[in-house]
Amino acid sequence: MAVSSSPADLSAALVLQPVAALDWLVILPVAWCLAIGAILLMIRHKGAAQPLVAIAALAVLVALDSALLWHVVQSGPVTMVMGRWLPPFGIAFTVDLTGALFALTSAVVALVGAVAAIDDVNAGGRRYGFYPFLMLLMAGVSGAFLTGDVFNLYVWFEVLLISSFGLLVLGSEREQIDGAVKYGFLNLVATTLFLITTGYLYGIFGTLNMADIARKAPGLQSVAPLVTLTALYTLAFAMKAAAFPVNFWLPASYHTPRIVVSALFAGLLTKVGIYALIRIGVMLFPAEREQLGQVLAIVAALTMITGSLGALAQTDTRRLLGYLVISGIGAMLAGIAIGGPDAISGVIFYAVHSMLVMTALYLAAGLAARLGGGFSLGSAGGLYRHHLLFTALSLMLFFSVSGLPPFSGFWPKVMLVKAAINGDASWLAAILLLSGFLTMIATGRVFLLAYWRPAEAQPAAAAEPLAITALLPVLALTALSILIGLFPETLLNLAQQAASTLAEPSAYLHSVFPAGGAP
Amino acid sequence: MEPVLALLTGIFLAVAVYLLLSKSIIRMLLGVAILGNAVNLLLFTSGRILREVPPVIGAGLDVPAGATANPLPQALILTAIVISFSFFAFLLVLSWRAYSSLGTDNTDAMRVAEPDDVQPPPLGY
Repeated sequence: MAVSSSPADLSAALVLQPVAALDWLVILPVAWCLAIGAILLMIRHKGAAQPLVAIAALAVLVALDSALLWHVVQSGPVTMVMGRWLPPFGIAFTVDLTGALFALTSAVVALVGAVAAIDDVNAGGRRYGFYPFLMLLMAGVSGAFLTGDVFNLYVWFEVLLISSFGLLVLGSEREQIDGAVKYGFLNLVATTLFLITTGYLYGIFGTLNMADIARKAPGLQSVAPLVTLTALYTLAFAMKAAAFPVNFWLPASYHTPRIVVSALFAGLLTKVGIYALIRIGVMLFPAEREQLGQVLAIVAALTMITGSLGALAQTDTRRLLGYLVISGIGAMLAGIAIGGPDAISGVIFYAVHSMLVMTALYLAAGLAARLGGGFSLGSAGGLYRHHLLFTALSLMLFFSVSGLPPFSGFWPKVMLVKAAINGDASWLAAILLLSGFLTMIATGRVFLLAYWRPAEAQPAAAAEPLAITALLPVLALTALSILIGLFPETLLNLAQQAASTLAEPSAYLHSVFPAGGAP
Repeated sequence: MEPVLALLTGIFLAVAVYLLLSKSIIRMLLGVAILGNAVNLLLFTSGRILREVPPVIGAGLDVPAGATANPLPQALILTAIVISFSFFAFLLVLSWRAYSSLGTDNTDAMRVAEPDDVQPPPLGY
């Protein structure tokens, strides 16, 4: 055995130059959430301090994600490698515009949720760890948006899934246990399918780094079953995103937990599935996604139609909103099915809109139930008379989710319909509009019955004005929706840039492999 | 060696899917446990079975002396084992809670969250 005499050449295996100060932003959101989550776990008996720490921490997270987005806009995709190992050997965190945009929106949603939870989560919920679970959920969500490694994406999926289990069963009511059983098993199958496919991916490519896969995929098209791989990934992520034939876990569980938890789930979880689908389908395997385009289009159409018809059939407002989440997922899937930078920028815009507005709708439903007597459309009523501002906010949110101007739901719908018509899929454009119309009817009926109809027996609490902490979250999210609706230019540009980076990932590849080194 | 392991993975997956399709939660839990092992075998096989030599670099060397086993699937499997174990533990406790508070382990009978007798929304007022 020869003992080496010369010192090893480290530059062949390690990144030798120190990480630039701003590049630390890539890992900070995840590390921050994990650290704060651990601290909150340690002070879980101090019920009064929990929301303060969590809200401050999430405000910092919003700042971190904003700084990250600004950094990515300024200098293109940013990469940081764990343990300084050169990619593809080290686990890479690579942030492009899509990831940064999703991460920032999710942080805003979490911050709003934490504020809304002051009123909604009682002392018991705090003691059993609502805020630590929220921080760990955000660690998983941020990690999924920021990572540049497929197996690492799987790990973050599991982190957010296990935190969502904890949030879902908080309170241990019978409905929650029932819902959690269905949610737990079906989501476990979905993530296991993700892992199975990742095993095949590793068997074919010998690498798990997304940039490495993206540059090797064109060369392997003729020799490896990449369409099968993409189809399996599509099935796994469609299940996470609640696309039509594999979405029955969502209506079974989303109405069971505390309303804040439902709101956070509606804003965050399914969109992670959409993000993963964009990443895999648009950046890594664009040619294969195009072959699956017709299947995806049919799935998208069925998801939209079943989602909005399901919403029409519901009496419970929370279940109705669950179906509206599904219908929105259908619209995003339609954009992914059409493909091309125009449609994908529409999908990214729609995802940002949907994260904000679905969260706001659930929070509004919670407030409406508290003021107007329950979630059932059969008995609610009388909000219009006593709570004019809240009624106005709710109506704006209903318009926004139906895709009417001047709210944030309008622009992405226009982009998607335009892309569908340009992409020779006019029938899909028609379904997009039809689903918006059905959504309008469903939400219009909620407004009519729960807001406009005079209450039969006025509950004692109804005439009291709302506490500002209760109204503030809905107010803030509605204001964001109006702001995006009136001034869509910034977000539109960002979404278009993000989509073009995904379609032509040379900047992403260059960020991971600066030397353009041989595979 | 690979064909044997591939076959074994297939059998594991078939058994896991069969058990997961059952209505009884206990069988579904067994299915989850077997599914986790099937995936671990799959990861192991897809990393190729090369040598029975541990991927350890000897003292004073910069590179391994000969061909070794692929260490990456082992790292992946280790992660997957930890995750599937924690999920299995959670689902086990959840199933116990479901059995004790819902009084059944038949998923068809679990209709608390989605009751059958819901009134349709009113058509007007």
